[in-house]
Amino acid sequence: MKKTGCRSNFGYFLREGIHNIFCHGLMSVASIGMSVACLLIMGSFTLLAVNAETNLKNLERENEILAYVDENLTEAEARAVGSKIAAISNVSDCTFVSREEALQSFVDEHQGNALFQNLPDDVLRHRFQIHITDIRYMEDTVEAVEAVPGVADVSAQLDLSKGFLTVRNIAGAVASVLVVVMLGVSVFIVSNTVRLATFARREEIAVMKMVGATDWFICGPFFFEGLILGVLSAVIAFFLQWVTYEALLRVIETSDTMRLLTVMPFADLSGWVLRIFLITGLLVGAFGSVTTIRKYLRV
Amino acid sequence: MVRLIDVSKSYENGARALRNVSIRIDDGEFVFLVGPSGSGKSTIVKLITAEIAPTEGRLMVNGYNLNTITPRQVPYMRRTLGVVFQDFRLIEYKNVYENLTFAMRAAGASGADIRKRVSYVLELVGLDKKMGRLPGELSGGEQQRVAIARAFLNNPSMIVADEPTGNLDPARSLEIMMLLEQINALGTTLLVVTHERELVNRFSKRVVAIDGGRVICDGTGRYYEHEENRL
Repeated sequence: MKKTGCRSNFGYFLREGIHNIFCHGLMSVASIGMSVACLLIMGSFTLLAVNAETNLKNLERENEILAYVDENLTEAEARAVGSKIAAISNVSDCTFVSREEALQSFVDEHQGNALFQNLPDDVLRHRFQIHITDIRYMEDTVEAVEAVPGVADVSAQLDLSKGFLTVRNIAGAVASVLVVVMLGVSVFIVSNTVRLATFARREEIAVMKMVGATDWFICGPFFFEGLILGVLSAVIAFFLQWVTYEALLRVIETSDTMRLLTVMPFADLSGWVLRIFLITGLLVGAFGSVTTIRKYLRV
Repeated sequence: MVRLIDVSKSYENGARALRNVSIRIDDGEFVFLVGPSGSGKSTIVKLITAEIAPTEGRLMVNGYNLNTITPRQVPYMRRTLGVVFQDFRLIEYKNVYENLTFAMRAAGASGADIRKRVSYVLELVGLDKKMGRLPGELSGGEQQRVAIARAFLNNPSMIVADEPTGNLDPARSLEIMMLLEQINALGTTLLVVTHERELVNRFSKRVVAIDGGRVICDGTGRYYEHEENRL
């Protein structure tokens, strides 16, 4: 007897997988529905975390340290201090602002106030605007900047930076926990659905075993069924995520308070979202189906 | 060929289903395995199909030593067997043709072979006109014919039929038994498990009687009167 090849089996598994989905339509719909819900919840929290991270990064960028240079130093000597500040490990950039530029900026901010007009040039000090790489080490960086010879004083909003840090850490932790929990829930639901499907087909599996089907052949259609369910769930969840994200984006754009937030356009994230959904869907489908069917192979 | 040599089987609950059973079934034979309920008939079928392993003794089926067979080899051993059940075990949502192609494909056959063989076997069992019907649309006798066709599809060396007429009326039972005899005439070894004395006595075949887990009679033809009374 001529044996079937891999391609022939692949076609058969695919056909049987699709056939199984339609044969157990209600269960398939339930499985897809639950997987879509889980992917959506997981996706929504991940997108929330991504946007929170973006906003925190923005705030991190805007959070600057001001290092005032000793007023007895000349401008050239003051500028030279910059190289020592830039050499500190957590400093990402360090911009020199002369006392004249600082004064001009101050006057520009208080235009119309006669009290601040015609101030002498040397009323302010030369300074450096410093941005840091990691806000977690801001306190250490401030101490390092204070220790640089020529630096008279340092102004840093340490409380604000600690606040940013706390918000980011909480958002990150919550998102991570939710991703793990939702992933676990998805696997459980798909595996439970496949378990019900395989239980319903236990006689069929027993017949396959009796006629000499290999374990791989028996697993094949269920494995493909799981994969197809996973892919369908991922695609549906992707489009629903897109629609809900765009709707939320419109709400944020029209809100006076929330428009201050930076929300990334879905187009920038869609590739990642689709990939993550597909990979998650495929893994959940494959894992859920194979682990469940193995139980029924002991005939 | 099947050989059971001093085979004993005890289940986990301590029940001894078989005690030192020795049976040899040669290629091409037609053997009835008879005995009352709980005598050990089903245990012998399960041993032959490698669903369970013997506790003691040696067991050979179609060239496979079932004492040393690996789980990977079991499917290939089963392809040398065809199994017919009392309750048919057809897949309800597949039609007759699909039930058969499914079984052949599961055993590793290719598309062209499947089409050719299924047509031949359906004609043999007289169901070529009903290949599009679902099992639920067939009579019990017809469903058992489909089950026999499925067992015979992969051209097995041996067919094991476990109470194949248990759910059928006497006329349909006789038809099924004649079909099995016809398949045996084509060279396939037949082991038919039954407790239907009348039916067994209509055929002049080898009869192995088992009771209490022991072989109590192994001969050709009708049951002996005293054995009939015992059984």
